[in-house]
Amino acid sequence: MGLFTKEIQNISEKSNNQLNDHLFEFATVDDAKAEETAYSNYSYWRSTFRSFRKNKIAVFLLIFVIGLILFTFIQPYLPDQKSPTQIYINAETGMQDRNVAPNDEYIFGTNSIGQDLWSRIWEGTRTSLFIGFAVAIIEVIIGFSVGALWGYSRKLEMPITQLYNIVDNIPTTIVLILMAYILRPGISTIIIAMCITGWVEMARFLRNQIVILRDREYNLASKTLGTPGYKIIIKNLLPYLISVIMLRMSLAVPAAIGAEVFLTYIGLGLPVSEPSLGNLINEGRVLMMSPDLRYQLIFPSIVLSVITIAFYIIGNAFADAADPKNHV
Amino acid sequence: MIKYIAKRLGQSILTLFIIVTIVFSLLRLMPDEGYLGAAAEKMSLEQQEVYLTNLGLRDPLLIQLKNFYIGLFQGDLGKSVTYRTDVPVLDIIQDKMMYSIVFGLGAVALSLLVGVPLGIFMAQFKGRWLDRLGTGYIVFVVAVPAMVYFLMIQMYISDWFNLPMLFDEYNPKSFILPLFCLALGPIASYAMWMRRYMVDELNKDYIKLARAKGVTERTIMFSHVMRNAFIPMAQYLPATILFTITGSIYIESLFSIPGMGGLLVDAIQRQDNNVVQGLVLVFSSLGIIGLILGDILMAIVDPRIKLGKGDSVR
Repeated sequence: MGLFTKEIQNISEKSNNQLNDHLFEFATVDDAKAEETAYSNYSYWRSTFRSFRKNKIAVFLLIFVIGLILFTFIQPYLPDQKSPTQIYINAETGMQDRNVAPNDEYIFGTNSIGQDLWSRIWEGTRTSLFIGFAVAIIEVIIGFSVGALWGYSRKLEMPITQLYNIVDNIPTTIVLILMAYILRPGISTIIIAMCITGWVEMARFLRNQIVILRDREYNLASKTLGTPGYKIIIKNLLPYLISVIMLRMSLAVPAAIGAEVFLTYIGLGLPVSEPSLGNLINEGRVLMMSPDLRYQLIFPSIVLSVITIAFYIIGNAFADAADPKNHV
Repeated sequence: MIKYIAKRLGQSILTLFIIVTIVFSLLRLMPDEGYLGAAAEKMSLEQQEVYLTNLGLRDPLLIQLKNFYIGLFQGDLGKSVTYRTDVPVLDIIQDKMMYSIVFGLGAVALSLLVGVPLGIFMAQFKGRWLDRLGTGYIVFVVAVPAMVYFLMIQMYISDWFNLPMLFDEYNPKSFILPLFCLALGPIASYAMWMRRYMVDELNKDYIKLARAKGVTERTIMFSHVMRNAFIPMAQYLPATILFTITGSIYIESLFSIPGMGGLLVDAIQRQDNNVVQGLVLVFSSLGIIGLILGDILMAIVDPRIKLGKGDSVR
């Protein structure tokens, strides 16, 4: 409407003033007005955020997880916190405070050698979350690089597909175990072992997405205009993939935490001096047979379950929200 | 069809060869103690060296590889070092395999019997309480590390139902808990896939047409939707069945079932390289056979698929 008001005015003036000089000027292009017609109020991220907000459970869990992560960092600086690795000696008896049931002093009790379970759980959560996030980020970086080459380059498609068929057929558990077996135990070993197996799925997933996108018209247009391949990948394809990448990341975190539990269980995890959720569960498992000490297994299990479920639900809610089909 | 199968087989054998070679080379990186076993403490360094040389471990890698393959074709996977000293690896694996097969097949049967109907009902009552309950169960099983709920089951359910906590070959009641635990995961994944494919299928136009025509809901469900929804599952079925045969590492060691999964953990903890090698070979072969069978089964249930054209990535 805005564009034509002037013309309409002109025409109506024409009848009054007959012809005037103004009508014979050349029309100029107004950039701002030209944009106006092509402008839509739709913003991908705003719509994604809006649909995500509709899922009340996911929003609650997201706030909860952020709070939890903050808490694991704040916890050591709160007053009256105990060291996660120090063995506490009972002042009266001079003995270690072994297997003390939860009380005022030890909120979650102590473990079998007298360490404070409360601070160990938070230390462990921090370690496990660190492993989870590190694995997720590395997997995404490797997965995206390989996936982009695999999906975008037609020359590399066949060799990488063949490579994938080989790598994918090796049972993941075995690679995980072998890597942890060959390397020395430690956080970096665990992260490396998980990334070696984890990137494969990520690369395949991203490759499939890229294959769908690469022949769209706008990419063809970029190509004919002479845009180099890496620019097409980073500027044209990556923004499209951000949502799926974030989904995969949020699912990779609980998976990595679970894999850590598994590696610890078979004796290839972190040393006991570095508490992690896997370590704590494993410690608790040993004492499972005596019902009084089961709290040592149950507390870490609850924390672990809550964290993994929260990540899973948030990831799925985000994937639903990021899907343009679900946008209004 | 036969040509396709032959081609797939050839490819798979090549893949298997590469995998085994990679694993073999990786295992050479491991510490030598894995070959010495308990004898290591009694031997001097020179004796150890002689022992290792006699085993052929000081030969160049390629020669070791050649010897390994020659042994493999003669059905010889080497001898166990620390696990059961000097017993051939193949015998150990054979002993253990029976347990894993019994539990694996039992669990698959159970999970198909429960998981597939669960998925169908969830799709049918989408958005109702059954669907929500099932989704909650699936989220829990998929997200939470299996270890946690296995331990809880072992701790509490064994108490409540008065079931034995550990496996005992001569007590049939002791089969219940491990089977139940083994089936939990597959039930969730079968139900999840079944539900997803069913819902996809239910939204298609031909179903609307069938409804408009007045076809009964039951006919639509069973002869249209289910049949089509089952096709994508067919591809993964053999792989999952074969994979359960390899045994669950968690369950076998938690319930002390003398199966193959537990064997892998044992062999790794005792650094018995030959046993680990043999097991990797068995596990990878089963995995690959599963994939081939899946492709063949898929071609059988889905007449639209023409084999041989375009080996796309799954």
